[in-house]
Amino acid sequence: MSQAPNENPSCPGKRDKHEARRDFLKQSSALMALALTPPLVVKAGEHDETIAGLFEKMPVSLEVNGKAYQLSVEPRVTLLDLLREQLNLTGTKKGCDHGQCGACTVHVNGQRINSCLTLAVMQEGKKITTIEGLAQGDTLHPVQEAFIKHDGFQCGYCTPGQIMSAVACIREGHAGSPEEIREFMSGNICRCGAYDNIVAAITAVKQGGHTV
Amino acid sequence: MKKQAVGQSMDRVDGRLKVTGTARYFADHQPEGMLYAALVCSPVSSGRITAIDAAKALRAPGVADVVSHLNAPPVPGYKADNPNPKQGLKIFYDDRIYSNGQPVAIVVANTLERAVHAASLVKVTYAQEVHKTDMDENMGQAFQHKNMKDYLRGEADAWKKAPVHLEAEYNIPIEVHNPMELAGIIAHWETPDQLTVYAKTQGVKSVQQTLKTLFQLPESQITVHSRFVGGAFGMGLRIWPMEVATILAAKKIRKPVKLVITRKDMFTLVGYRPAARQRIGIGATTDGKLTGITHEAVANTSPYEDFTEAIVNMSRMMYACPNVNTRYQLVPLNLSTPVWMRGPGEATGAFALESAIDELAHQLKMDPLQLRILNHADTDPEKHLPYSSKYLKEAYEMGAAKIGWQQRSQTPGQLQENGWLVGYGMSSGVFSAGRGRATASATLKADGTLVIRSAAADIGPGTATAMVQIAADATGIDAKKIEFLLGESAYPEAPRQGGSSTVSTVGSAVNDVCRSLQQKLGEMASAGIPAFKGVKAENIQHEDGQLVAGNTRLDYAALLQLQQLPELTVTTTSQAGDERKHYAMYSFSVHFTKVHVHPATGVVRIKHIVSVADSGTVVNTKTARSQMIGGVVGGIGMALTEEALIDHRYGRYVNNNYADYHVPVNADTPPTDVLFINKKDPVINPMGAKGMGEIALIGFAAAVSNAVFNATGKRVRDLPITPDKLI
Repeated sequence: MSQAPNENPSCPGKRDKHEARRDFLKQSSALMALALTPPLVVKAGEHDETIAGLFEKMPVSLEVNGKAYQLSVEPRVTLLDLLREQLNLTGTKKGCDHGQCGACTVHVNGQRINSCLTLAVMQEGKKITTIEGLAQGDTLHPVQEAFIKHDGFQCGYCTPGQIMSAVACIREGHAGSPEEIREFMSGNICRCGAYDNIVAAITAVKQGGHTV
Repeated sequence: MKKQAVGQSMDRVDGRLKVTGTARYFADHQPEGMLYAALVCSPVSSGRITAIDAAKALRAPGVADVVSHLNAPPVPGYKADNPNPKQGLKIFYDDRIYSNGQPVAIVVANTLERAVHAASLVKVTYAQEVHKTDMDENMGQAFQHKNMKDYLRGEADAWKKAPVHLEAEYNIPIEVHNPMELAGIIAHWETPDQLTVYAKTQGVKSVQQTLKTLFQLPESQITVHSRFVGGAFGMGLRIWPMEVATILAAKKIRKPVKLVITRKDMFTLVGYRPAARQRIGIGATTDGKLTGITHEAVANTSPYEDFTEAIVNMSRMMYACPNVNTRYQLVPLNLSTPVWMRGPGEATGAFALESAIDELAHQLKMDPLQLRILNHADTDPEKHLPYSSKYLKEAYEMGAAKIGWQQRSQTPGQLQENGWLVGYGMSSGVFSAGRGRATASATLKADGTLVIRSAAADIGPGTATAMVQIAADATGIDAKKIEFLLGESAYPEAPRQGGSSTVSTVGSAVNDVCRSLQQKLGEMASAGIPAFKGVKAENIQHEDGQLVAGNTRLDYAALLQLQQLPELTVTTTSQAGDERKHYAMYSFSVHFTKVHVHPATGVVRIKHIVSVADSGTVVNTKTARSQMIGGVVGGIGMALTEEALIDHRYGRYVNNNYADYHVPVNADTPPTDVLFINKKDPVINPMGAKGMGEIALIGFAAAVSNAVFNATGKRVRDLPITPDKLI
């Protein structure tokens, strides 16, 4: 995976990582000062806690589904919560928040990851694709079509993650046989138990020779 | 005439929404000004709260409030006199702690991260008391619930006198529904007495009724939205205390509040399949005729509520047996209240009965399939009624042929493939085929489209798709022009989605409202359209969305246009008649498995599954198959991996996450063949469809344990069948 360049000549206004880090250090110092203030002072200035909220944020620039975002987020915000709660991209689902179920699978620079296991501020300069960005306008992605045709779901909650994982599984070259698909799709739990149909959908896309 | 829609493998009507991420589940909504909640839960399992120090949390950035029993608005319904002391956990009512993980406070802040962090700052102190969470140590506390009387047919414990008999104990641990979607709610008091919630529920009307009782508001002032539900398997059959906690917080703060609980809290806040200890005594003549079955079960419940289910019922009616007695008892433990989990008690009971049948067959040196056929009940031995339909023998035959049952060795441990022991197993399942009461409205529009509404739910089986197919056949209108809307409390009454009854109950209402619509259109044509003048409404035929009388044909849409009506709505309520007095109605399933067991490691791999459903008419062969394979996957978990483990020193779950509580993943599931009898039940409802959701799982675990016995000669009576039990 190639690193994002520190300076982006085509986008001179864009802040580089070092600059962002300097800002973070400055903010951290402010927080440190706040933390070292005697308790009585803090108590007297309870409202300062609200102000502290402003210091707790970091800038981050990233691209989601082809759209560029310049954001200011708390470092503790996961990519999943950023997508869902701040960017209103609720197609990506939270199933465990611990990287154990795959419901939150998205693509970062083309690779599938659990978005609950990565922080939003780590995505500087990254290109993120969520389930909302998979179709081309009204034309569904072949994997989306196949999931409908083969009924690769019941409740549909794990489906965005399954589909993002399935697309990556095919691109990775891990869809060579039903057994291989089952292995490489085992990071995505489907409690409704649509596994047989998910395998059928992925097999159909792979054998159909579609470009995914 | 158009091709029938019922019976087709139509794609789901909401498939596109589900594959594009645009299906909106409760947590995907974001009312203006919404705040986020996080729970503070008790680390002790019994005792009292002595103090809550929320000062630090309240000072944290963005925190709106910390709500607990110390400052929660009152729940009027909690104060109402209730003669039953076990009316459930009254959240934030007093200082009592009944179980580990019980919510003691809810923290609300303007971001999720702030709420979660602030919850960690709330300091709660407790006066701890001795807790009881170990089922085996508390069997002496078992009591009989007043609604669960002993059952006796013929002579009690007759199995003891049989020439061939056995007695065995079968244990099931706590299993947790663990749907993919985390539970929670968005609560919004639009005015001080107007409540709107986005819920994760199997019944919007049921939630509305509970909130009506709790908050003593008229129904018209409570709105429940729940269009998409990310799985539930029973946990959405009732409202849970943390949902009430969120509603209370929203009331106090006067802003919409969203709570999404953690996976860990899914083990303690939203029910589970109770642990059960079962004892079966079974006896037969030397040629295999059953003479007696005794089935006794003890399951756990919570300290504040008695949860009962039908664990021992299958033993009363599955086989023709003259002497049967059953007993069912509860043990209260310091755990939250269980709730029906797919298959529910019948799945627990079927594991015991269908294992015992296999053990008896082994003692008799008989093929367990032959033993089942020999003791097939031709009429219901419990109700003494004929079956509305029963094709169980055909199901046995179809399944046996598909799995290759003739390859099974009667003597265990005889077959091997690539160094693995090979075994074949089978079991049966049965579940009552119900039909409740539901209302649907049908709105025909002048453009020829039809919209049907009912407050039904879809937790995954594809409710709307099936309803569209039923409506397409009832009206002759093309399925593409029909929309079925559900999951809104404002819609006409429908029951909860549970007990395998949605197609039967809501489908009947859809069928009947379509007939009412046609009748109304006929009357309009007869009265107001010159071409139909003199033709009585009842003599007007309906074909392909048209009114027909002789050579005269008129589109429904054209009729509305001629009458200058933009739309026409009719509403119909539908329920069963007295069929149940005359017939026993059940769905049946048969499960066959072929397993591999590794002789050195004890690893069990299921290689092939065949499940056969006798569930009447299959409305949609695609979604029905998905429902069956889904039940099977749940059954694989029940058989091989699922077990919620408690450290009894603390009364706390130790594997309360997806990494340690193993639900089956894709690689755990083999190719599965689903076969349908697909014969219409002539009695149950207009479609002839019995239920399917429960039978998909009922009995499955026994089909695995029986196959493991066939492979190894080792009988595992404690689920799950983990490798340590085989080496």
